[in-house]
Amino acid sequence: MAIKQTANGTKIWALRDTKEQLTNWAGWLVGTAFFMYCWNQISLQTDWDFFWDAPAIAADIGGRAMPPKWGYITELWAPLWDTLNIATLGTILALIMAIPVAFLAARNTTPSKLILRPLALLIIVSSRSINSLIWALLLVAIIGPGVFAGLIAISLRSIGFCAKLLYEAIEEIDEKQVEAITATGASRWQVMAYGILPQIMPALAGITVFRWDINIRESTVLGLVGAGGIGLQMQGSLNILAWPQVSLILLVILIAVLISEWVSAKVRGAII
Amino acid sequence: MSETMATPQRTWKRPPSISNPTLRWSLIIGAVVYLIAAHATIDVNWGRVYEGLERGKKFILAFSNPNFVDRWDDIYDGMLESILMAFSSTVAGVIISIPIGLGAARNISPLPVYLVCRAIIALSRALHEIIVAILLVAIFGFGPLAGFLTLSFATIGFLSKLLAEDIEDTDKSQAEAIKATGSSWLQWINYGIQPQVMPRLIGLSIYRLDINFRESAILGLVGAGGIGATLNTAFDRYEFDTAAAIILTIIVIVMALEYSSGLIRARLQ
Repeated sequence: MAIKQTANGTKIWALRDTKEQLTNWAGWLVGTAFFMYCWNQISLQTDWDFFWDAPAIAADIGGRAMPPKWGYITELWAPLWDTLNIATLGTILALIMAIPVAFLAARNTTPSKLILRPLALLIIVSSRSINSLIWALLLVAIIGPGVFAGLIAISLRSIGFCAKLLYEAIEEIDEKQVEAITATGASRWQVMAYGILPQIMPALAGITVFRWDINIRESTVLGLVGAGGIGLQMQGSLNILAWPQVSLILLVILIAVLISEWVSAKVRGAII
Repeated sequence: MSETMATPQRTWKRPPSISNPTLRWSLIIGAVVYLIAAHATIDVNWGRVYEGLERGKKFILAFSNPNFVDRWDDIYDGMLESILMAFSSTVAGVIISIPIGLGAARNISPLPVYLVCRAIIALSRALHEIIVAILLVAIFGFGPLAGFLTLSFATIGFLSKLLAEDIEDTDKSQAEAIKATGSSWLQWINYGIQPQVMPRLIGLSIYRLDINFRESAILGLVGAGGIGATLNTAFDRYEFDTAAAIILTIIVIVMALEYSSGLIRARLQ
């Protein structure tokens, strides 16, 4: 905050002084210029005729997609079950791998700050920066298409997420309880089991359900690259332009995601 | 006391984490039944998996020798496009999510507006980016415009929801003080609400830029621009060294973004 003085001596209140104002203004200028540049690049690569056609095309597709082909639902139960399995088993698998990584990454539990902690952080970052679809693409190329590739993809993507939140929870634990357990002469593993684990249990359960909810959403699209689940049906329907089937699949996905979100919110509410 | 003396072998047992035994056992049995059912329906072709291990090894080895050179032009163009899409869609998404976020905060907006805004947020959050991208590519044609629109749409759901929750948590008395000076609605929002949510809004926007970049890496799979198309081609041709180069570039950019956003957020709070 600054007080400005005009030529005739009256004082005026201003939010920022001149220097702040200038930096602020320069920041906006650079930001706006960069945005315009981005927009220009996107615009250059866009066929604007297609853009102006869009409402007509959207209406056309919408008209073809309605009403959804309700009878097709009988073919969707099996892929839906696969989707659920990919998300659930993927989350469980991810947790099994994420817990040791989290213990290695947390400052107060890591056995070596110099080697293992950076390594654990590297695992977390690489797992988090690569989208599960890319993991799926990779695994389909390596181990072939199917539910198994999707399951591994989901679990690889979830390790980073779970381990990051978990290690932050571990770093926030109450050290006194750990000290009390250590004072009884407990071994390293006993300290973990009785001193640390009970404290992070609510966080662990919360993270698990939260990630499961996200994984349901992600596993619905894994089929697009051949990794199983309801996405396979969607890809097949899109390829033959069967829009009524696509609209039914979208509806099913929407309902599944809403249900999983509701379950996750309920469970988290019960834990906390 | 005498009781403990009489039974010296009494030991302490850890209390179970779910105290209701019926609920505990039904959860355990349910989990076991589910695992068996799930295991029975997933058929894994172990022969194929075993064959794949060789390729997996090749891929992991490719990381020690990533090939940036052969497809450098494609990688550069794709990365640039991803960055452009991520940045512009974050800006557009933030601009749109502010009014929607205001509308979705129960303490400052009337019920009909609240319901409409919450519906927009729910729709945007429920649909995965790739699904939105498929529909938008079908409507707007191939190219980064579809990706830009997809990411903007996804940003709205994320940012409006968190912004609305933050506005609902604001201190009421500050807003009331501004109102008491006889301010208009816009002034009330600008001086009573905005300063309270600004640090978090900036932090969330930067975080969303991070997410948008990561998501932009996959939009290319369905033709919505960005690095994904190059990556997909590299996998299809089993050019694992190029794929490794692309993935390493993505990781480095994400790390840089995360690091700088951490710095900015630390300065704001």
